[in-house]
Amino acid sequence: MANREINGEGQPPVLTVNNLKTHFFTDEGTVKAVDGASFSAPAGKTVGIVGESGCGKSVTALSILRIVQKPGRIVDGEIILRRADDAEPVDLAKLDAEGGAIRAIRGGEIALVFQEPMTSFSPHYTIGNQIVETIRLHQDVGKAEARNRTIELLRMVGIPRPERRIDEYPFELSGGLRQRVMIAMALSCNPKILIADEPTTALDVTTQAQILDLLREIQARTQMSVIIITHDMGVIAEMADDVIVMYLGRVVESGPVDEIFHRAKHPYTQALLRSIPSIFAAPRSKLPTIAGSIPHPHNRPAGCPFHPRCAERMMGKCDVHIPRLRPVSRRQMASCFLYHEPDEAPIT
Amino acid sequence: MTIRSNSGAPLLEVRNLQRFFPIRRGLLRRVVGQVRAVDDISFHIDRGETLSLVGESGCGKTTTARCILRALKPTAGEVLFQTGAGEVVDTASLPKAALTPYRHQMQMIFQDPFSSLNPRMTVFDIIAEPLLASGIKNRDQRRARVENLLERVRLRPEFMQRYPHAFSGGQRQRIGIARALALNPSLIVADEPVSALDVSVQAQILNLLLDLQDELGLTYLFVAHDLSVVKHISDRVAVMYVGKIVEIAETDQLFKAPKHPYTEALLSAVPKPDPRLRSERIVLQGEVADPAHPPAGCYFHPRCAHAIDRCRSETPPLEEVLPGHRVACHRARELSLKGVDAPPSPHPQQLRTL
Repeated sequence: MANREINGEGQPPVLTVNNLKTHFFTDEGTVKAVDGASFSAPAGKTVGIVGESGCGKSVTALSILRIVQKPGRIVDGEIILRRADDAEPVDLAKLDAEGGAIRAIRGGEIALVFQEPMTSFSPHYTIGNQIVETIRLHQDVGKAEARNRTIELLRMVGIPRPERRIDEYPFELSGGLRQRVMIAMALSCNPKILIADEPTTALDVTTQAQILDLLREIQARTQMSVIIITHDMGVIAEMADDVIVMYLGRVVESGPVDEIFHRAKHPYTQALLRSIPSIFAAPRSKLPTIAGSIPHPHNRPAGCPFHPRCAERMMGKCDVHIPRLRPVSRRQMASCFLYHEPDEAPIT
Repeated sequence: MTIRSNSGAPLLEVRNLQRFFPIRRGLLRRVVGQVRAVDDISFHIDRGETLSLVGESGCGKTTTARCILRALKPTAGEVLFQTGAGEVVDTASLPKAALTPYRHQMQMIFQDPFSSLNPRMTVFDIIAEPLLASGIKNRDQRRARVENLLERVRLRPEFMQRYPHAFSGGQRQRIGIARALALNPSLIVADEPVSALDVSVQAQILNLLLDLQDELGLTYLFVAHDLSVVKHISDRVAVMYVGKIVEIAETDQLFKAPKHPYTEALLSAVPKPDPRLRSERIVLQGEVADPAHPPAGCYFHPRCAHAIDRCRSETPPLEEVLPGHRVACHRARELSLKGVDAPPSPHPQQLRTL
């Protein structure tokens, strides 16, 4: 790994997503699953994308890897991947989703860890088989060499007796071990970016703590950029350097993790933080709630998507115009009319 | 079959409950081992109280819940339930047919509101089904009761002719709660009732459960893995590990001053929703013991940082170390373990209320 990457700060980010729009064209109408997401992922840092179901966080991940299922497709925006020092950056959004270029990047420079470690493996092959296949797909190595590397990887992610475990089938492993194998597989080709989509949601807390520690440890060693996607504010607080808060396909707020948790600007972020059950709460205490529920994607409200549930909405403004993501402090952005006036731009 | 009259008894008392699952192998399906899913546990729940069973997957919390409801027949032990008529019955030993009069007094709320409601039945049919089964033949009566139940769970009664797919996850969970309430149960067993819901909806359902308890005097057995959720809802908490209760205490006491190293590790592992509290966590090594081949002595000792020789050979009994605080650990009295207390600086946003 080039030592320039370790300097971090002044470096251009490894991945930059600009105004990404991924829409699904269904018979019942267009679902704007992601509608203008922008963020960047620097080397050695962790970006957390947080939001509830339907906010577009997973579709964002799928869009980056270009594995959005039909009838969905990227309709606008760019996904710039900065490659080795001398190579030209590529715009993943422009690549052919089935072409060789993106296939080399998937599982190579960008790896993905899914939520459900049971269904993300093929039940017909041993875990070793599946990791060896990944390695040999991306790198020119022999079978024996790939197998040795697989054992090393399994050891690195903390699997006991890897030389035996390598020949086991996914069903023989516990959830925590399976997730470790998933991470080993993702790391098999030394990715620059690891996208972890709800990596610990299916796991128990003590296993979750192990996996989060493992991710941090590997990141410290490899300086890879991690994009962690979750609905769990606790995981975000533990892991992220920068946070993107999404709601119904739009980024409502972004900024450094401390700002998001201690100086949140957007009413949705504020309400979400208040409504999380806290381990510090008094027993049998009521929680502040957010009124209503997340609208069905086909009934997306006009104007700001959060306005029907927002306690601070301004009628005539929030229900008409769509707020843009604008700076609200030096490093923090929010899309809310409490902080800026609507553009004269037409309503989309 | 034990029937006694006892009005001062707790609503539910579980004594030495065991549930083993046989492991069968070979052509003759011979029993070669036992999975000790629930391994000799005892606890009680007072009327109007919420007891939470917490623990990681496979610890036996759901099996315990299912044994109490007699969805599973316990291998051994007593489940003493105080009926509406004031008698105490042992639902573990009663023959299945004899249970029918008591079934409606204990109801369940399920985890997944998507698969627990029949998609081909309207909301009315779903909620009225238990009414019909209990012999309310008059449709108008059922209708009035369903309307009342929907209002109780804060849903609009006009929606009763719709099908489950028209509702969001939170609304479906309310329908499930309304169905559970239909026959005026005294005990509600809620198995992970909010873990499938979005964060912003979890809070609504937790508040609803607290309100319903106050309004109807319900008693909850709450099964959950999320300690933050448990903190909000429970009067007392029982922590389970590999089929055994390792610690049981009042909620505040258990969270502030845990006495079992496993409880301490669990509390420490919960991600705290504040980046300023990123600190050294206790990360347990290894995995939960296999309930088919549990280790000798204390089941937790292979992962315990405080284990001594005695822990490797002798199973610790669940003993009272403080009033109402029982712990199964040889070293409970000498260890000083770390719990979770109020955060150092209160969360500025949590001080504001909506």
